Amino acid sequence: MTGLTPRNFIIAALLVILIVLPVYAGIAGKPFLITLFTRIIILAMAAVSLNLIMGYGGMVSFGHAIYIGIGGYVVGILAQEGFLSGFLQWPAALLVSGLFAAAIGALCLRTRGVYFIMITLAFAQLLYYVAVGLDRYGGDDGMTMYTRSEFVRPLNMSDKTQFYYVSLILLFGVMALIWKLINSRFGMVIQGSRSNDLRMQAIGFPTYRYRLVCFVIAGMICGLAGALLANHTEFVSPAMMHWTRSGDLIVMVVLGGMGSVVGPLIGAVALLVLEEALSGITEYWQIILGPMLLLVVLFARGGIDGLLAKVRL
Amino acid sequence: MSQPLLQVDNLAKRFDGIVATDDLTLRVVAGELHAVIGPNGAGKTTLISQLAGQLAPDSGRIHFEGHDITALPMYRRSALGLARSFQITSLFLDLSVLDNVALAVQAHAGHSFRFWHNARLEAELRQPARAALKRVGLGERADLPASALSHGEHRQIELAMALVGSPRMLLLDEPMAGLGPEESARMVEMLRALKKEVTILLVEHDMEAVFALADRITVLVYGRVIASGAPADIRANAAVRDAYLGEAEAEGAGHV
Repeated sequence: MTGLTPRNFIIAALLVILIVLPVYAGIAGKPFLITLFTRIIILAMAAVSLNLIMGYGGMVSFGHAIYIGIGGYVVGILAQEGFLSGFLQWPAALLVSGLFAAAIGALCLRTRGVYFIMITLAFAQLLYYVAVGLDRYGGDDGMTMYTRSEFVRPLNMSDKTQFYYVSLILLFGVMALIWKLINSRFGMVIQGSRSNDLRMQAIGFPTYRYRLVCFVIAGMICGLAGALLANHTEFVSPAMMHWTRSGDLIVMVVLGGMGSVVGPLIGAVALLVLEEALSGITEYWQIILGPMLLLVVLFARGGIDGLLAKVRL
Repeated sequence: MSQPLLQVDNLAKRFDGIVATDDLTLRVVAGELHAVIGPNGAGKTTLISQLAGQLAPDSGRIHFEGHDITALPMYRRSALGLARSFQITSLFLDLSVLDNVALAVQAHAGHSFRFWHNARLEAELRQPARAALKRVGLGERADLPASALSHGEHRQIELAMALVGSPRMLLLDEPMAGLGPEESARMVEMLRALKKEVTILLVEHDMEAVFALADRITVLVYGRVIASGAPADIRANAAVRDAYLGEAEAEGAGHV
């Protein structure tokens, strides 16, 4: 596990690249790189949160993007109504995401397998159409945020470099938190429940409540990603929580590696960079990306991270 | 007479018209090893599932240590000291052997809403787990993934997991199932040592093991108790010979 394995080397390289990227973008005169990678970092955070329930808890949610939408809408609506402080907006995004996750999880977690996938999708569709119906907040078209979240100076979310680093620090914080979480007693219960829930109950764990808490934590982290994404695009719309976005998150997790803390980050970087690169070559870039995904799913069950772990020098 | 540890009264369970448990009454006294035998389809596993709380009976009552546990969920029964092993090996195959047993320890160590300390470094969880594994003869295998061990060893893990909670009573569902003769003999020795410490309800097909271990035997046929008593009485019981042992004798062409 420790030492300079190829996997550790590549992960370390990736982290270094993320840390120095704005510097490089500044020197090379490629500011769009900051915009692209801010987006990657934010979606990686959403993917990392999905991995907590999907990779470690075995709860395959096909509606995880709704928490991006909820977090985004909380920030957008508060901004629209004149509450511009990030100290209010961001905790509110976390809180509301958590409340929705608690309500949705309380119902969905009574089902398993395909039913769980379908019912999470159903809730996602429901909330999507609620957002479409929010006429006051732009309805189908969404709404523009004229001001980003305000914090105390010198912190300025409108500064692209600052915002990049705020997002990156939050992502690293979230990953560290999840790493602590999955190795704790709580995490052991979650993983045991993924492995064999019936057995967990037989040895005395009321697994439902642990799974629900896990579901809520993942929803809150994803809500934070939503708050960041609203600030990043300065725009919120129902498209933030479209079911295809939930699908993208699943792809990132599977591509990068389920049940590994860095896997979803690798998956998000790989998917979005490929998407960016391929769409520069052809407008039918999905034709290239699709088969690549198939290959990973068929031949690399642990995703890219699992492949890297197998490489020995 | 002392109050039984487990008392089952008039238990009944039907599946789509098939009677799996039929007006079943059973007493297990503390300290005894009580075996439940019966031909295939007699409802033995259904009975264990109802005792453990995985299945709800249609009617009847179950008392454990004087408490009515009929409506309690599985995890509450486990907390009261009623531990169960599975007929079909049911482990956390993608976790290590030690993780499996440590989870069982953790189940009895208060709530698990502890988010910070690394559970794999907690001596409070790992030491009792290692001790239990040593006791069932798997001390050397603790750090392997559970999926790497043989079927016989899986049964031993099951036993270790049942043991760490210091249960008042063990419900063992065919612990010898699928074991070779040598492994079976080892399991019998292990159970013989165990029954000195804990009350056991044993469902088992291996008649040799049952008659070697049991203090009392209950015979089920079509979900109904047809006989219950000391091994010698069961051996001599005509109804049992007809319904069950007779079959075995006819096949084996010898005395049980």
